Amino acid sequence: MELYKYKIHELNGLLRKKEISSQEIVKSYLNRIKDIEPSIDAFITILEDEALENAKKADEKIKNGQIKDLTGIPVVIKDNISTEGIRTTCASKMLENYIPPYNATVVERLLEDGAIILGKSNMDEFAMGSSTETSAFKTTKNPWDLTKVPGGSSGGSAACVAADETAFSLGSDTGGSIRQPASLCGIVGMKPTYGLVSRYGLIAFASSLDQIGPFTKDVTDCAIVLNSIAGHDTKDSTSVNSKPSDYTEFLKNDIKGMKIGIADEFFKEGLNEGVKNEVLNAINLFKQLGAEIIDISLPYVDYALSAYYIIASAEASSNLARYDGIRYGHIAEKYEDLIDMYMVTRSEGFGKEVKRRIMLGTYALSSGYYDAYYKKALKVRTLIKNDYDKAFEKCDLIVGPTSPTTAFSIGEKVDDPLAMYLADIYTVPVNIAGLPGISLPCGMVDGLPVGLQIVGKHFDEGKLLNAAYVFEKAKNFNAKPALGGVI
Amino acid sequence: MAITKKETEHVAKLARLKFSDEELDEFSVQLDKIIQYVDKLNEIVTENIEPTAHIVPIHNVLREDEVKPSMDREKILMNAPYKENGCFKVPKVIE
Repeated sequence: MELYKYKIHELNGLLRKKEISSQEIVKSYLNRIKDIEPSIDAFITILEDEALENAKKADEKIKNGQIKDLTGIPVVIKDNISTEGIRTTCASKMLENYIPPYNATVVERLLEDGAIILGKSNMDEFAMGSSTETSAFKTTKNPWDLTKVPGGSSGGSAACVAADETAFSLGSDTGGSIRQPASLCGIVGMKPTYGLVSRYGLIAFASSLDQIGPFTKDVTDCAIVLNSIAGHDTKDSTSVNSKPSDYTEFLKNDIKGMKIGIADEFFKEGLNEGVKNEVLNAINLFKQLGAEIIDISLPYVDYALSAYYIIASAEASSNLARYDGIRYGHIAEKYEDLIDMYMVTRSEGFGKEVKRRIMLGTYALSSGYYDAYYKKALKVRTLIKNDYDKAFEKCDLIVGPTSPTTAFSIGEKVDDPLAMYLADIYTVPVNIAGLPGISLPCGMVDGLPVGLQIVGKHFDEGKLLNAAYVFEKAKNFNAKPALGGVI
Repeated sequence: MAITKKETEHVAKLARLKFSDEELDEFSVQLDKIIQYVDKLNEIVTENIEPTAHIVPIHNVLREDEVKPSMDREKILMNAPYKENGCFKVPKVIE
């Protein structure tokens, strides 16, 4: 039995029936990793011995009847989410040898629910990027075509799920870093509402936008993982208690009368024709399934990317000020005085894209430019939020493309920061407004998957999952990546 | 060009970053291009619009001031490149 092909809910069913063991599952994934990881490069750290040891413990628990939905199920964690005693690098030289002394709350919750950590995944350095190419350590390849990027910044987390190297993974999404790679890798990825999932232990990029979420092989698994990670946490004062008792209860095969909004702004120039057709087909399918399609308008989303790069970079420049070479991380060997020590340490430790964002953010916050850039961007944020508020008076969900194109080539945009930023044009407004969004596969163009983005009201993940579930059932997308013919 | 090399140098100093002459040129051009793009925001009149720093209302969260166990000193210091007598060691600040 090739257990690595199975979904969480299928593995859980087999474990409950005692037809398989967690050790068999973990061994199956570790073998899979051995076979294909050299071609994919999704991992920064692989925890073979620890995973096998923990699988043994999980099997003991199962034997004693203590089985939960994630007991004995392998997970991969993005390398900007703190794991106690396990190196957490943010794919940066700055944190190359950093070992967190505590677990992020999401990790704590997954472990409580019995999940087994297989490893830590590659990403764009400090989550800044849309292709995983800014990692200081390696470039992850798209399992559908090894010459293409997996998207980013959570490219490793997306690629390892798409390539069946794990049952599920966690990523973080500041401007699309879960949804865009999910789209490019043909899997399900969700960014929950800002505040639904604790950010405690997530190494900060832009605190008012960051949110942790799952990558899974289907929508049911997404609901199962959300059950584990969502909920208030006293260690994150921005976290909110708005969690229903069970997200899987929303997985009903009925969306009759649901109002789905379509915004013209997401179908303008820049959107690839093939992607556009697949998304329009998806909207048609929703109509056939009984949803009511409603035209809406989000006039200010055209400005979201500009506002995002100001706000996210400003917050990053402030958050990344902590890397001073004293409490943790890289420190310069040669320097003149204290200030010089900071400067050499930071210049050696950070890569180019991180420096670019720190510079942009520092510029936008500097005296004389604060009102013109930072404050202006926050005002535009208000207008974008108002756009969505108005739209959601007329509809329940908003549907559109996740990314303007399918996966692009490795190296294609690496020297043109602005072209790279445009990869997030449809995902960024959702972070600006703090809304929940999910990307799921809706078709193929030239052998590469296309992602459909569904966006909901604050804390309306239930309805989001409902619509995604119905679509998934009707579309029956079952193409599998070629892995460059490695296997 | 909106951003001069001198300005880039000034911002680098504020951000505690050091660049070679070549890098300063490169960053000036790239930052200028990005700033030109985000200047699009000036098309919008925002005079009477309130800024939104956080999308969900953020309130001060209060709790009882109770004594609880905190993280071990060893754990806190475990990643420090230089430490001495249970403290972080820093380069000399005052001559």
